Amino acid sequence: MTFNYHVISTLVEDKPGVLQKVAGMFNRRGFNIDSITVGNSEVEGLSRMVITVHADERGLEQVTKQLNKLVDVIKIKDITEVAVKRELCLVKVNIPNEKARAEIMQYSNIFRANILDVTEQTLLIELTGDKKKINAFLSLVETFGIKRIARTGLTAMSRGI
Amino acid sequence: MRVKTVEYQINYQSGIKTGASCTNWELMTFNEKAPFRDSVAYVFCEVHEITQFTNIIIVSIIIYIFVYICYCIIDKKVFTMRGGEAIIESLKNMGVKTIFGYPGGQTIPFYDMLYDADINHILVRHEQAAAHAADGYARASGRVGVCLATSGPGATNLVTGIGTAYMDSSPIVAITGQVPTHLIGNDAFQEADIIGITMPIVKYSYQPKNPDLIPSIIKSSFEIASTGRPGPVLIDVPKEVQEGELTKFDDSLIETPGYNPTIKGNIRQVKKARDLIKEAKKPMILAGAGVIISHACAELRKFAETINAPVMTSLLGKGAFDETNELALGMLGMHGRKVSNDYINESDLLIAIGIRFSDRTTGRLDSFAPDTKIIHIDIDPAEIGKNVEVDLPIVGDARNILSSLNKVLTTYKPSSDVNKWTDMIKQKKIELLPRVTYDDVPLKPQTVIKEIAEVLTPESILTTDVGQNQMWAAHFFDTQKPRKFISSGGLGTMGFGFPAAIGAKVACPDDPVVSLNGDGGFLMVCQELATVREYDLPVIAIVLENRTLGMVYQWQSLLYNERHSQTLLGNSPDFVKLAESFGVNATRITKPGETKEALSSAIKDNEPVLLNVVIDPEEALPMLPPGAGINEMIGEYKLEKDVI
Repeated sequence: MTFNYHVISTLVEDKPGVLQKVAGMFNRRGFNIDSITVGNSEVEGLSRMVITVHADERGLEQVTKQLNKLVDVIKIKDITEVAVKRELCLVKVNIPNEKARAEIMQYSNIFRANILDVTEQTLLIELTGDKKKINAFLSLVETFGIKRIARTGLTAMSRGI
Repeated sequence: MRVKTVEYQINYQSGIKTGASCTNWELMTFNEKAPFRDSVAYVFCEVHEITQFTNIIIVSIIIYIFVYICYCIIDKKVFTMRGGEAIIESLKNMGVKTIFGYPGGQTIPFYDMLYDADINHILVRHEQAAAHAADGYARASGRVGVCLATSGPGATNLVTGIGTAYMDSSPIVAITGQVPTHLIGNDAFQEADIIGITMPIVKYSYQPKNPDLIPSIIKSSFEIASTGRPGPVLIDVPKEVQEGELTKFDDSLIETPGYNPTIKGNIRQVKKARDLIKEAKKPMILAGAGVIISHACAELRKFAETINAPVMTSLLGKGAFDETNELALGMLGMHGRKVSNDYINESDLLIAIGIRFSDRTTGRLDSFAPDTKIIHIDIDPAEIGKNVEVDLPIVGDARNILSSLNKVLTTYKPSSDVNKWTDMIKQKKIELLPRVTYDDVPLKPQTVIKEIAEVLTPESILTTDVGQNQMWAAHFFDTQKPRKFISSGGLGTMGFGFPAAIGAKVACPDDPVVSLNGDGGFLMVCQELATVREYDLPVIAIVLENRTLGMVYQWQSLLYNERHSQTLLGNSPDFVKLAESFGVNATRITKPGETKEALSSAIKDNEPVLLNVVIDPEEALPMLPPGAGINEMIGEYKLEKDVI
């Protein structure tokens, strides 16, 4: 059994309690949600949830079927292989000295991150990318001391038409 | 009198010469109590200079308004409907004749409206019994059962019953009262988030925030509860919605684009199944409750006879196939018949229909039919491959798929290998029939079940509680028709049997209804004796008295060094006196033959009766210990052929 991350895109009815039903189902069936993002979809009255879950093939099949069973869930697609995945991360980094400031800004440039707020002691940086990219950036700036991190969790969309 | 404001827009520009304060369009609000006075006052204070011509127009407008208001009042008398009345009306439209409930603070408006309504209400003595009775009603009739409770504790008392119905795919609609909308979230008196609490154990739930939604919600609830894989639906109705007036009675179904149960089986899969059946030399059928739910029993019988395969059932599948038929092997599983448990692993093809392969049915999964090809027919795709890996799934309604299978198998004749196998199994079935003939005192439960079976007709309904009594009934009692054996399988709810019998009796008033209970489970719901007495429901409650919590006692005896921790019930109560205090006749039975006699006369008398049968506390069925394979039963399996 190999456990992998799967990205599942679901179209659900935009009703109160739907997020609770979906999250509750995962919990009840013993699956761990790695991240979940919810927002309006292109259709009025429907929301799109992008769920990242750590499961083996059989577990994934169960998750998909159990999700499908929920009356408020309209459509489910495993888009792990075909998706563009993005996450937004806000990170506040310490500036121990002036040299560090320059260095951090340089890293930010390389990673195409934006600096949103500057103080004498900290930089607030906005970074978008997949998990790997964000983790790589965070490990780079870790040496300067990270004051705070806020991540949105992965959202994704399949490529092509 | 309720006050309702009606808004009208009137164009009276033409009637005013110099009305500087008037705009072209004015909103006028009328109070129904005194509509005429208001309108006159309004018009006269606003309009100062009136010509003869405009005077006529204004008078005609006033007359028009007066007529309109009269129309509204008459109209209202004809069409007025409040939320609670809409619930009753919608339930009646859905064919509901009886509901099981218990009133409380937040359902007083509903109960007030019920006072004048022509729908039966059975006042149970505990909300849990209402849910079980609705469940029993649904299982006995195939129609949706309805139960009702107030908010907070009333609603949470339904939870066990809703969970029971969910696990066993029983269609019930549970209606709960809720605190008024403006109080929701304030921890108001008797407030509970019942929608949240029941979320994992309902198929769907609704909370109408507006009385107009009630007819649609009730209709949709019945639709969702009873179609596809059935299940419970909860409707949580805030108090002011019960009181509020409907502006229209619209009961169109609420759209649920995410709910499309698959009914028709994929024909390619059906043909593949046919090919597997043709190749098989040692086929077996395992039927579950899905066969009963989809009314597929006739199709199953035809199918089994066509392919000449022995039929086993799950606990809830009892009745899907006539157990007196020579192809019927009886229940499979933890306390199953020896012939089923011993020979399932020897089959080369298992056709499982309407079953979810619960752990109590399969035993340890890796030793469940390891070399057998499995065809799994079920309406719920999530059941396919959930517990047991299958070779060929067919998703759809059991009846639909079985008829397609019967169609593609019209020319099929079982091979000599199949006939040889089935003859062998039939022979083994006779050899391995469990012993039911005893003349011991204290009574053996087998004797009791045997005597019950001798009295009951195939149409009689037997409900069981949970524990040893349930397994004895399932093991030794041959059920011949669907919906005649009613038991809590998935959730294993003690206290289910007796209230479920009440529901079953309401559903099938002409059929004898017997509920078999242990002394532990019966005490959980014994207050329902008041219900059967009050409504003269001739339910016969058999209480097997061994003064232990038998099933746990049995496990402790077999697996926990006979350390009987908290499973001895002591000598209280006297069940005969208990029943008599409720005005229910009761008999204490201690010897063979007495059960038969007392049960026959109870059925003849058509009265609620309690039969208190004292049995041997040490009697226990052989079982699969936890983690054992299906053919690794422990305990002595006593055989009828060994009776001297």
